[in-house]
Amino acid sequence: MEASVARHRELGLTDREHELITAGLGREPNDVELAMFSLLWSEHCAYKHSRKLLRRLPTEGPRVVMGPGENAGAVDVGGGWSVAFKVESHNHPSAVEPFQGAATGVGGIMRDIFALGARPIAVLDSLRFGELDSARSRYLFDHVVAGIGHYGNSIGVPTVGGEVHFEAPYEQNCLVNAMCVGLARTERMVRAAAAGVGNVVVLMGATTGRDGIGGASVLASAELDEGDAMRPTVQIGDPFEEKKVMECCLELLADEKLVSLQDLGAAGLTSSASEMASAGGVGIDIDVSRVPLRNPDLEPFEVMVSESQERMLAIVEPDELDAVLAVCRKWETGGTAIGEVAAGDRIRVFDGDELVGDMPVALLVDDCPLYDLEPAEPDRWIYGNGEPLAAVAPGGDPGEALLALLATPTIASKRWAFEQYDSIVGSRTVRRPEQADAAVLQAPEAETAIAVAIDGNGRRVACDPYLGTVEAVLECAQNLACAGAEPLGLTNCLNFGNPEKPAVAWQLDRSTRGLADACGELGVPVVGGNVSLYNETDRGPIYPTPVVGMVGELPSPERLPVAALREGDAIAFAGPLAPDLRGSQLAKLRAELDLGLPGFEPGEVHAAIAAVRDAVRAGLIRCAHDVSDGGLACALAECAVAGGTGIEVDLGPLLGDRGPEAWLFGEGPGGFVLGGEVAAIERLVEAGTAVAIGVASGAEITIAAGPLAIAVPLADAAGAWHSLDAAMEATPA
Amino acid sequence: MTFGVLRFPGSCDEVDALRACERVAEARIVWHADTDLDGIDAVVIPGGFSYGDYLRVGAIARFAPAMERVLEFAARGGPVLGICNGFQVLCEAGLLPGALLPNEGLRFLCRQIDVEVAAAGTAWTGACREGEALSIPVKHTTGRWFAPPELLERVEGNGQVAFRYAPGDNPNGSLNDVAGISNGRGNVVGLMPHPEHAVDPLTGSSDGLKLFESAARALAAA
Repeated sequence: MEASVARHRELGLTDREHELITAGLGREPNDVELAMFSLLWSEHCAYKHSRKLLRRLPTEGPRVVMGPGENAGAVDVGGGWSVAFKVESHNHPSAVEPFQGAATGVGGIMRDIFALGARPIAVLDSLRFGELDSARSRYLFDHVVAGIGHYGNSIGVPTVGGEVHFEAPYEQNCLVNAMCVGLARTERMVRAAAAGVGNVVVLMGATTGRDGIGGASVLASAELDEGDAMRPTVQIGDPFEEKKVMECCLELLADEKLVSLQDLGAAGLTSSASEMASAGGVGIDIDVSRVPLRNPDLEPFEVMVSESQERMLAIVEPDELDAVLAVCRKWETGGTAIGEVAAGDRIRVFDGDELVGDMPVALLVDDCPLYDLEPAEPDRWIYGNGEPLAAVAPGGDPGEALLALLATPTIASKRWAFEQYDSIVGSRTVRRPEQADAAVLQAPEAETAIAVAIDGNGRRVACDPYLGTVEAVLECAQNLACAGAEPLGLTNCLNFGNPEKPAVAWQLDRSTRGLADACGELGVPVVGGNVSLYNETDRGPIYPTPVVGMVGELPSPERLPVAALREGDAIAFAGPLAPDLRGSQLAKLRAELDLGLPGFEPGEVHAAIAAVRDAVRAGLIRCAHDVSDGGLACALAECAVAGGTGIEVDLGPLLGDRGPEAWLFGEGPGGFVLGGEVAAIERLVEAGTAVAIGVASGAEITIAAGPLAIAVPLADAAGAWHSLDAAMEATPA
Repeated sequence: MTFGVLRFPGSCDEVDALRACERVAEARIVWHADTDLDGIDAVVIPGGFSYGDYLRVGAIARFAPAMERVLEFAARGGPVLGICNGFQVLCEAGLLPGALLPNEGLRFLCRQIDVEVAAAGTAWTGACREGEALSIPVKHTTGRWFAPPELLERVEGNGQVAFRYAPGDNPNGSLNDVAGISNGRGNVVGLMPHPEHAVDPLTGSSDGLKLFESAARALAAA
């Protein structure tokens, strides 16, 4: 008995949870069952600290085809086609082994998409590391980017966008969130529900090994230890195997040979089999002795919980089994019948003839206790501040401050990273990374185009979890508006610290409230997502980091703006932005971060988003860029550098009672830089959509803001903005 | 007129290549295990990571049944284009001289660059002007073309360099800025840049279409 108690604690179950399992089974769980419960009752699989909060999110809308609970969400894009998408984290594996952690993160999210019958057409990534002057951060950044590229490039799915932020609280616990977007014929999409008693359960793809055992419970649901002890729990990716199993599955689904399909992710066979049974209201029998093994001495419990990558579980009618296995052979990938759909409501595990596990599906999948948070608002800024940077000291030269901000790794160009990604395979990419605020993909088969963006700003969420999260959603919609796209649906990944700590619980509570309210304001449904908790070490939690991914549609991919000005363009500002230095990059560089962000009216931002979208659709705009990190001066400088032109800007018409410094470098939602032909911009100004502030001309960036004046050579701004590229290129591969 | 695009397990750009070919002719996919190229007038070996490329790029694909037919097809003078991994496969198969080594920077690089047509006399460049600059993307980790000095001299002397990276645009440290090579006869061409990803201004450029038009024009004239 003593040994058994120790065992469930080692596996991450509380004594109370162990008692509930024993009561539900009417006996002590055996080793196989305990292993399975420990995974499905983990935070990672059961969302026990977040599920109640997630109920706040709006999930319905006229275009929603699949919502939360499926492998991924999906929205109708017309013409009989749907776009499936989801973002998921692979944070702890990437902190432990960055190349494989990031690679298998990409592989995992792709499986979620093609499990629906959707062909993956794009990947985006949201990454967080410690400050780039730390050797550990450069190592993690370098290897995570290489891992993402390795997997996506090898499998032939373009990585079209993303964002990277560098902040000290991610030093020990980096974040790797990957989003995949897929395209499917709506009528051919499959759900993950097992159906048809007597149908065959087929395991496809790679063999099963000892890799990643306990990944969900031990690695993903607990705080991160520093050191290498957890390295063996990280899975190893094989994109070639995934490419084969993906093409195999898509061919089988197109030929309607599968009843249903589910990927094997966290908790491996245990979660996919039991979730398919639960969704279908049936039982499933699995015979572990039939599972093809990489390590011949695997115990039954290890087979059930292995997180070996590149595996899929399909339900197949007996008459179709031979045809299905023939397609697996054609693609030179695995295909083995390992069980069958059973009457009743139990998941039973056999080792040959011997029954080694027998549990009610509902107990395993649905009955994990959900916990209430005990939030308490912290009375102070818990993250500290760095050393103030002399170049941005109050009263200094604003030109120097602009160059320092442009050179800040979070603001600087990430060309070094995205050039390591194949962004064009598939021939859909109309806007590549950094060309515009959102990636744009054409879908000629559906006679449409979509724009995709991913955003999050942990620093601002840390300042105010509610407003910061609202801002993240609005920024994502602003990015889509710059491509003329209207949001159809949202996916999110909630990356937070330990929810059992009151301050983190407060962040999580306020942040989900903000997410719900922002989605409500925009009328955008949340169609899926992921929660990653316990992102903290003994040095404290990460910044609370809700990452939102959005998919929007646009009427035509022709004549879209870029985030670059052309010589001769008129420049205008649009939106209700009320810039403020609180929570800004400048405040960070000055070591003045503290709790609190200024409030704003989301409805006004929503209206500006619609106005900019309409202007883009009307073909009036050649350059569109939202104001985010570093404020309006940085947004203007980025458009100038990207277009290779100087600018002459006077913010005089904008200056009201907010200080000129706030107008240069302050941040907040609802600001756009627009550029275009003089006549076109004049039309926007006359319509009240925008305020004219200058022209693109010369070889200098000049921005006047009342008593303050920026004047820096374009080449200096370009050098600052490309400083991350230069620094990383100097890092040996 | 029908173009055939090979598909190995691990090919990535075969559908892009198929769509590019379809802009100038009929086109179909040829599965790597197929043993006939009946009715195929031109062959494209696309980019990707054939068989995972875990041994050495292109080293396994050259043994595919379809590749044996391609060797015969090329020997008869049939036009063959190898793009990226396809170029690597053609070098491994001995159809083209030299070898592709890891990029000088050792990292995967995806970038739109200018490529100059160095020889307009091949089956795949006939519609181009010599010296013409084409805007075409590259995306590879192993694209640094290399040949020992005497082979390099022979290749240059024979005018077998079909494409060079424009000055300043060499992305991988390739010898003499070589971006693409032809066989002596000019019917087999391999290049690292991806012309199939440059067939539509909407996605960046349509300059790459000229390669496919060249082959179609040569076949129509034959």
